[in-house]
Amino acid sequence: MIAELGHYALMLAFGLALIQGSMPIVGARSDDPTLLSVAAPAALAQFVFVALSFGALAACYVTSDFSVLNVYENSNSAMPLMYRLTSIWGNHEGSMMLWVFILALFGALVAAFGGNLPVKLKANALAVQAWIAAAFQLFILTTSNPFLRIADAPLEGRDLNPILQDPGLAFHPPLLYLGYVGFSIAFSFAIAALLEGRIDAAWARWVRPWVLGAWMCLTLGIAGGSYWAYYELGWGGYWFWDPVENASLMPWLAGTALLHSAVVMEKRGALKVWTILLAILAFSLSLIGTFLVRSGVLTSVHVFATDPRRGIFILAILVAFIGGALVLYAWRAPLLKQGGLFAPISREGALVLNNLFLTCACATVFIGTLYPLALEALTGAKISVGPPFFNATFGPLFVPLLLAMPFGPLLGWKRGDLLGAAQRLTAGAFIAAVAIAAAFALQHGGPVLAPFGVGLALFVMVGALTDLAERTMIVRVPLGAALRRAAGLPRSAWGGAVAHFGIGVTLLGIVVVTAWGAERIAALKPGDTIELAHYRLSFDGLFNRPGPNYRDVVGRFTVRRTNGDELGVMEPSRRTFPARNMATTEAALMRRGVSQLYLSLGDPAPDGTVPVRLYFKPLVLLIWLGAVIMFVGGGLSLSDRRLRIGAPRPAKLPAALQAAE
Amino acid sequence: MVVKIVARGTRTSLLVAFCLLLLNSLPLLAVESKEMLADPALEARARNLSKELRCMVCQNQSIDDSEAPLAHDLRVLVRERLKAGDSDAQVMNFLVARYGEFVLLRPLLSWHTAALWGLPPAALLIGVVAIVVIVRRRRRVQRPEAANLTAAEETRLSELLREG
Repeated sequence: MIAELGHYALMLAFGLALIQGSMPIVGARSDDPTLLSVAAPAALAQFVFVALSFGALAACYVTSDFSVLNVYENSNSAMPLMYRLTSIWGNHEGSMMLWVFILALFGALVAAFGGNLPVKLKANALAVQAWIAAAFQLFILTTSNPFLRIADAPLEGRDLNPILQDPGLAFHPPLLYLGYVGFSIAFSFAIAALLEGRIDAAWARWVRPWVLGAWMCLTLGIAGGSYWAYYELGWGGYWFWDPVENASLMPWLAGTALLHSAVVMEKRGALKVWTILLAILAFSLSLIGTFLVRSGVLTSVHVFATDPRRGIFILAILVAFIGGALVLYAWRAPLLKQGGLFAPISREGALVLNNLFLTCACATVFIGTLYPLALEALTGAKISVGPPFFNATFGPLFVPLLLAMPFGPLLGWKRGDLLGAAQRLTAGAFIAAVAIAAAFALQHGGPVLAPFGVGLALFVMVGALTDLAERTMIVRVPLGAALRRAAGLPRSAWGGAVAHFGIGVTLLGIVVVTAWGAERIAALKPGDTIELAHYRLSFDGLFNRPGPNYRDVVGRFTVRRTNGDELGVMEPSRRTFPARNMATTEAALMRRGVSQLYLSLGDPAPDGTVPVRLYFKPLVLLIWLGAVIMFVGGGLSLSDRRLRIGAPRPAKLPAALQAAE
Repeated sequence: MVVKIVARGTRTSLLVAFCLLLLNSLPLLAVESKEMLADPALEARARNLSKELRCMVCQNQSIDDSEAPLAHDLRVLVRERLKAGDSDAQVMNFLVARYGEFVLLRPLLSWHTAALWGLPPAALLIGVVAIVVIVRRRRRVQRPEAANLTAAEETRLSELLREG
């Protein structure tokens, strides 16, 4: 009964989305306030029904109702409650439900908190949002219905794919989808602006918090997925340039560019047409990411050909939304008024440079991901585009971006002083130079570029601190005055500097672990020891440990420093899941500061030896810590009263601002 | 069959690649100790080459990372060629001749990959040219306005600015 209610609620939501997508548009054309006022309540009602539908599916999973095909295929009553819940989106149908749920949630948030938006812009944007919702709801109802029943209900479900039975599944997909779908708001506002043929700096102010929120979630989602892959897969890699990863990186790059160009638009009224294009691109890339992952083209062009229903449907959604948006853009964008002049050396100029490199990096990832598919479809030739390609192309595009990054915030709007900025960055350059020299002195035959990478990372970090030091004048005025200035700084200034600092932290982690990470591969018998870096591990033996729906074969290792101090034990295991007859590698991690020891097991050989891989990963945690710092920076910026949704405007505008407008 | 089930489940998780799962149904770790060469210099070369070679039955995984039996065979093959005295380029050519270009994770530069390798620099070039052209055009539109000030006005303006 609950499944049928969920199915029915989804159909009602689809009906509401159609109303929400049509009436406000007609209302905006004919200036009919009654039709315009349909948008917000329709968006709220649509959210209620989508939430009911999603809740119904969740109820089926929690109660392990195996008469529902989707639950039978992806769940098992022996799984802990958390995994029964997360397995809702551990499969195709359920993850599309999550997509639609988050989309409806964003629509409802705009409807509820968009009180200060111009009526027409809000109604049009909600209508565009409803088109996307309707398209995906129809996709679920016709090709991916999660509420289908089985006539003879089985007693037990087939279990969730073991590799997904991990806390990572609870955070990673929802965060990614919050990011992907969050960009739909920017997209809807861009289309609404194009429909109206009018756009101003205020548009950027309304859209920025949504883009910022989406970017924060996507940043954390990508980093979380990277850490998940790192500890779950057993060989210590954190980024593989896999098409599925690239699918999430592309919207992140475009979204980062959008975040920066929207600043220029808000502050200076410039780059309007470009910002609109980026808003369209960021969400288009999110849709392409969904298509790549959902349609099966990645596994093989032939999978797509044998069961094309889902793929063709998503491809149609893709063509309609991306094609439609770009056509509308080509037609209407020339009507938008250009504004805001600036010298090449200025804050705006620096942000244009940022956009140039980010979009080129995004284009590089795009072609690297899709080229093999296109080439095979067109000529039948099979090539591979792997990490060596991306390292050779993406890296050189990111280095100048990172070198220029500390300069941007130190330049003034309209006309900046490059020499002045460079002088203020002397401290950063000095520290970077010392770090490069020290790294060269300390390393024995490591990669030549690595010390420069360390220098760049420190330059970026010190550059971000320099920005804060300049704004608070901490070196020039007494401490008390500097603290007062710090407290008075807008949160968005703090946010930007903190996020930039986070980039430097991530870069430092990547460079150090790539250049100076160490590895030992060995086959051990109980009693054997291996040494790596400053650590000595002795293998005590294997034992069995039962779990709720799996069995572990655990290897126990005692970890000591090479001088003999005991540090603890590491217990990597091979985990077997009887329901699917599959095994996973559960690596053991031991944290040493922000570095880690990483140990994973192979299957024990008949003669009793166990293959092990031991890694020392110096500073590896900085990679993800940097992403968390970026997230915090985004949060600080989001909490700025200027951007806070529905924040009351100051009663009196400062005189300078009035004069400028 | 196992492989198929595995692949289906993973489509969900956006970052956990399909191929990664292959290894979980198979018995061993990627590079094994008994595969490794005694000569550390030769072994280091083998590891570097392994990172450039694709395990063809996996999804976007190098033979260095893969546990698949094919990857094991390729790793052994690379080491045999190196021991026989082949240069790195000779090893790569041997593998391309045997398995086709698909085995290379870094595509060769040729006519059918020209667009792939050409796009990143081309995008940067086009972007730079576009920005320069747009900035020039804007400035030309703006210049008459700026030139309206007479020399006296300029002096007065700079005085005012100094006072402020």
